[in-house]
Amino acid sequence: MGLLLDSHRRRALARLLLRLNTPLCVVSYLAGVFWFLGLAFSPLTQNTYISENAMGSTMVEEQFEGGEHALNFARDFTAQRRKTGSLPVAWLERTMRSVGLEVYSQSFSRTLPFPDETHERYMVSGTNVYGILRAPRAASTESLVLVVPSSPETLNAQAVGLLLSLAAYFRSQIYWAKDIIFLVTEHDLLGTEAWLEAYHDVNITGMQSSALQGRAGAIQAAVALELNSDVVTSLDVAVEGLNGQLPNLDLLNLFHAFCQKEALLCTLQGKLQHSDWASLGGSLHGLQTLMLMVLRQASGRPHGPHGLFLRYHVEAITLRGINSFRQYKYDMTAVGKTLEGMFRKLNNLLERLHQSYFFYLLPSLSRFVSIGLYMPAIGFLLFIPGLKALELWVKLNKADFGPEEQLGPNHSLVQPFGQDARGVALTPLVAPVLISQATGLALYLLPVMGQHVAAQHFPVAEAEAVVLTLLAIYVAGLALPHSTHRVVSSTPRGPDSGWMALKLVALLYLAIQLGCISLFNFSLGFLLAVTMVPAAALTQPSGPRFLYAVLLVLVSPGATLLGSLFLWRELQEAPLTLAEGWQLFLSALAQGVLDHHLYGALLFPLLSLGLYPCWLLFWNVLFWK
Amino acid sequence: EAGPGSLSRCLAYLTSFPSPSVWQDQAEQLFKSGHTNNWAVLVCTSRFWFNYRHVANTLSVYRSVKRLGIPDSHIVLMLADDMACNPRNPKPATVFSHKNMELNVYGDDVEVDYRSYEVTVENFLRVLTGRVPPSAPRSKRLLSDDRSNVLIYMTGHGGNGFLKFQDSEEITNVELADAFEQMWQKRRYHEMLFIIDTCQGASMYERFYSPNVMALASSQVGEDSLSHQPDLAIGVHLMDRYTFYVLEFLEEIHPASQANMNDLFQVCPKSLCVSTPGHRTDLFQRNPQNVLITDFFGSVRKVELTTETVSLKPDLSSMGYRYLYLTLFLNNWVASGE
Repeated sequence: MGLLLDSHRRRALARLLLRLNTPLCVVSYLAGVFWFLGLAFSPLTQNTYISENAMGSTMVEEQFEGGEHALNFARDFTAQRRKTGSLPVAWLERTMRSVGLEVYSQSFSRTLPFPDETHERYMVSGTNVYGILRAPRAASTESLVLVVPSSPETLNAQAVGLLLSLAAYFRSQIYWAKDIIFLVTEHDLLGTEAWLEAYHDVNITGMQSSALQGRAGAIQAAVALELNSDVVTSLDVAVEGLNGQLPNLDLLNLFHAFCQKEALLCTLQGKLQHSDWASLGGSLHGLQTLMLMVLRQASGRPHGPHGLFLRYHVEAITLRGINSFRQYKYDMTAVGKTLEGMFRKLNNLLERLHQSYFFYLLPSLSRFVSIGLYMPAIGFLLFIPGLKALELWVKLNKADFGPEEQLGPNHSLVQPFGQDARGVALTPLVAPVLISQATGLALYLLPVMGQHVAAQHFPVAEAEAVVLTLLAIYVAGLALPHSTHRVVSSTPRGPDSGWMALKLVALLYLAIQLGCISLFNFSLGFLLAVTMVPAAALTQPSGPRFLYAVLLVLVSPGATLLGSLFLWRELQEAPLTLAEGWQLFLSALAQGVLDHHLYGALLFPLLSLGLYPCWLLFWNVLFWK
Repeated sequence: EAGPGSLSRCLAYLTSFPSPSVWQDQAEQLFKSGHTNNWAVLVCTSRFWFNYRHVANTLSVYRSVKRLGIPDSHIVLMLADDMACNPRNPKPATVFSHKNMELNVYGDDVEVDYRSYEVTVENFLRVLTGRVPPSAPRSKRLLSDDRSNVLIYMTGHGGNGFLKFQDSEEITNVELADAFEQMWQKRRYHEMLFIIDTCQGASMYERFYSPNVMALASSQVGEDSLSHQPDLAIGVHLMDRYTFYVLEFLEEIHPASQANMNDLFQVCPKSLCVSTPGHRTDLFQRNPQNVLITDFFGSVRKVELTTETVSLKPDLSSMGYRYLYLTLFLNNWVASGE
């Protein structure tokens, strides 16, 4: 007989599993955590290199000299903006036309689901202006985009000036094989999303935008620029996009190569590059940068206009000019030369960027960790729910006991109703699962739907109403176990089998969710796994219930969000006080809901419809009677 | 056979000149090479802008053979992509071989016979073996005969035993050797010089087995052929090292040059080329020392005026039966008077 069919051997295996389960889980968890922490150290990182043969090296002669011209444009732009109070569309159109581009504009409007307190807007309408530089000797089949987002808070006037100056310079060159679109958007991300949706002829976020009059071919790559000062001390690059999607690593490698060629100071996550990577200090610095990237990627927010391009399979990065107190400053000409070099190299592309990695983590600009090397970390962590589920299955099937043994007068294997005492009864589980899922659904739908009702009955603004409803439903979920038990029928299969079956289902549910999430957003999956998995594995109704309850609350999705906010600010060396942290948390909640409605960010639905019900199941397990 | 060309050459030799013995040597030399016309098949197999240097390589050799006398009607030029009119070319209608735009090998009288997607393995083999469809125009045919010296130059990306055409197919060294054998059996060449500038180029001539073939390659098996002349204004490498130095060597050659194949073998030593160029002469009947560069790269019509009569001695060992017949006939003709 086979190993698993023979009841003696099966019993032995089952006993072995039960004995080794806890040590295996502990080892697995530690392995996962240490593997993740070791990602910044040498055997797991590689040096970056440009994989795309067509882009080659930085072999190009940059001849851009329009730095002063750019600053003149910037001053005009600022003056015009102050005059009109919004984006000076007529002046932009006129200037772009004088530079030699084909100019078009697009108007858009959107009513937010509730007023946005951070940007102080509710009903947004604006105009995007873009000019197309047609390739002189090629068919307009492909294009590149240079986008500058302009909003009332951040004018990006110098970026607009540089865009216009670069457009004038590019117009006089004959070596462009792709069209170049120079885009200035209003209300930063909203305008960019409106333009992208109209360009690709889709409507996925409910934006009302007018149709585009002029198009330029399939977009191969895009660079977003944000500059707010006449001189910069460094250029910061942002790669994390919507839902944690990342651009092709070659685009970042290209930027890094030009930073080195022009001797520009380039930073990632706002951190300078450490000089010595082999040393411990360098690796720890890399670990800090890596953690910042993980936190930003997990949040799923588009950290710049580039984040919205990625969804349309357009590789994009955002470059931000930072003006700090360092002595050495770079002028607009240096930044312009870097952009010129990048665009000339992107011009040489024959296909979309695809040779390099799409999934990676960056300890620094010159080093990366590829997906093959970081996935084992989450693999180790997801092994634990699997092991625990197997243990519960074994216990429920009483596979560690043979058919001849009796468990005692109270635990006979054949119950009075003739039912077999082994196995998992699924019918009693339907109620807790349905109720948890319904609570999740309420958490997803009610805050936005009920904001007006809440605002009427309580003296709060709509945005606060949404956040407070969110928190209220979240906390109300904690009271569920008391009501669930009235619905749950008695379990005929032994006192423990009810909660064990529920825990089994919950563990599998958690493992599947986290596994699926980590496939497209490793950072989010890992962050949730590292907090929830140990608490989920430990939860049981017996033992120190209060301790388990505290642990479970601490790892609930909301608390993880709060914790990661504190960690993020700590890593940026700008730590928060408790009050500040709480305020930031509330605004993060509002932003999360808004991002979901405005751009289709998935963090809010994932947490409310997926992880929160799962967490509630564990909470039910903990308070099982 | 004794056609009008060879007859006129013989007549030219028969007019006066100071020393008959010197003239006998020169006359013997006339028949030493044994070929009466020259053909060149120049192939660039790579497309895409970053392979600019392969087009520049081929055009450099084209420029040299044209300068040394082979007319366009005897050159089959195959270029897989158009670099001169590529939208990315900042200097349109030019292809430079030296950085800082010193030498434009595109010129204004380039005739490309097979262009763009017509450069395929099938078309190349059809050109070599003569199996072109009846509709193929004259410019696309290699109309060589058994008195033709054929120069074949190939460049592109290659590996151990193959050469890549257009990023979609390959020609192997076995196929190439078999094509040359077909050419030999159909009497489509008298002597052939095969030059290849790719990575691991020496693997392409390993399998040749037809007589009268001499081969040169830019690198040995396991070595890469490196590029040269990075030009920042254009943004690509302009030439490959081996062909760059071959071009420099050829620029020194003029139609009356007496430089021989041994000089060509010395071009681009490892110190300049980084790879080790190789050559193969075992299938060739003549000593490379006696093979002039212009035997393959030029189309030399040597005309010498003499006022003396020259009696041509038949030399059975070196000339072969055909020439014996010709010299006997001519001797009789001269002796019988005009």
